[in-house]
Amino acid sequence: MSDSTVTEIFSHELPATPWDPAKKEIERAKIQVAMIGLCGCWGCNLSLLDIDEAILGLLEKVTITRASFTDLKRIPHRCAIGFIEGGVANEENIEVLEHYRENCDILISVGACAVWGGTPAMRNMIPLEECLSEAYIDSPTAVPGAKKVIPFHQDIPKITTRVYPCHEVVKMDYFIPGCPPDGAAILKVLDDLVNGREVDLPKAINRYD
Amino acid sequence: MRIHITLDGQSVITREGDMLVDVAASNGVYIPTLCYVRGKPCLGTCRTCSVRVNGNIMAACTIPVSDGMEVEVNEPEVTDMRKALVELLFSEGNHNCPSCEKSGRCELQAVGYEVGMMVSRFPYKFTPRTRDYASNALWLERDRCIFCQRCVEMIRDKETGQKIFSIESRGTQATIEIDVELANRMPPEQVREAAELCPVGCIIEKSLGFNDPIGKRKFEIKSIRERALERVDK
Repeated sequence: MSDSTVTEIFSHELPATPWDPAKKEIERAKIQVAMIGLCGCWGCNLSLLDIDEAILGLLEKVTITRASFTDLKRIPHRCAIGFIEGGVANEENIEVLEHYRENCDILISVGACAVWGGTPAMRNMIPLEECLSEAYIDSPTAVPGAKKVIPFHQDIPKITTRVYPCHEVVKMDYFIPGCPPDGAAILKVLDDLVNGREVDLPKAINRYD
Repeated sequence: MRIHITLDGQSVITREGDMLVDVAASNGVYIPTLCYVRGKPCLGTCRTCSVRVNGNIMAACTIPVSDGMEVEVNEPEVTDMRKALVELLFSEGNHNCPSCEKSGRCELQAVGYEVGMMVSRFPYKFTPRTRDYASNALWLERDRCIFCQRCVEMIRDKETGQKIFSIESRGTQATIEIDVELANRMPPEQVREAAELCPVGCIIEKSLGFNDPIGKRKFEIKSIRERALERVDK
């Protein structure tokens, strides 16, 4: 993928405002939680925000490192818990998921896409060539007369032949199904882990849709 | 004749010959089922109601009770075996609940919740299957068929008694088929009956779907466990 003639600067390498040391110490003492979306719609991350004011009590015990909310691009230090939304559909997803596995003690598949592939996995029943052709060559919404091109560039992650659930790529410790899961379900699992209880998602809040 | 059986260690008095799955329900013990319809001849196809009877694993919908029978339903190994059977169904078909018209009133989904399935332990297969839109009022979403054979046995042509649904081929090649000519003769109430009898979202009534809002769907109003336990004839 990388080309030695191109100078790449990743966003996490850009200069950033340093932390207030006192604040940093408080945050480092808390349980470190990271989150990421792979091939999904980000709905599960939004579902986490649906826990509303319950997040305030939780933030006394946990701190969120790399996540869409914090805009950190790499996991800064080892995390206790990692939430993964979305399945694996390209090479970048694999790299990110492995990065999370290496840096998190507990990894959780959140939502249908992470658990079994979800809506993106509907392409698993169709050959990849046909999918790309439908999207870029024979697309019914293509601009007439425009050059028909399947995007391919070193900066675009290569698509995988099929969409994989996270646990087929790395070991996952817990699963929260749902499209998206209820905020209450995510909170229950997080609360169990934070308080050292065995994770138990009651069937009343477990759902697949 | 009144007999004694042991159900999860509890002594139960019941009537000889009653189906084990019904006897358990009458005594407050829920056994998940998918192919079984109370009052209809057993099919024994889905095996979801597997329990241990006198040390052997058997489908509870196929077993008439007899005196002295020892039955284990909620023993951990048997419970996990039933869960595995449900997980197999989820990995064999393409059960995409978020996009399914039957979601919320699907028995497979409801049983999935009851057995506590979060993910299938088996690899998801994503087998490509073609849909069948040929008949006027029904269509077949073959991705979701679990081959329970409820429709094959219980939905028949009103005049001739002929089967309208059938299963063609065997094993991984098996497909659910519909006789279009007979299907087009089905009165509207039989169309509705067929769609409701299907425990998954395979037989779907055309122009119908997503009618009940989330939170007010069949198994959200009353769970499949509650429904199974309330049909008690003591």
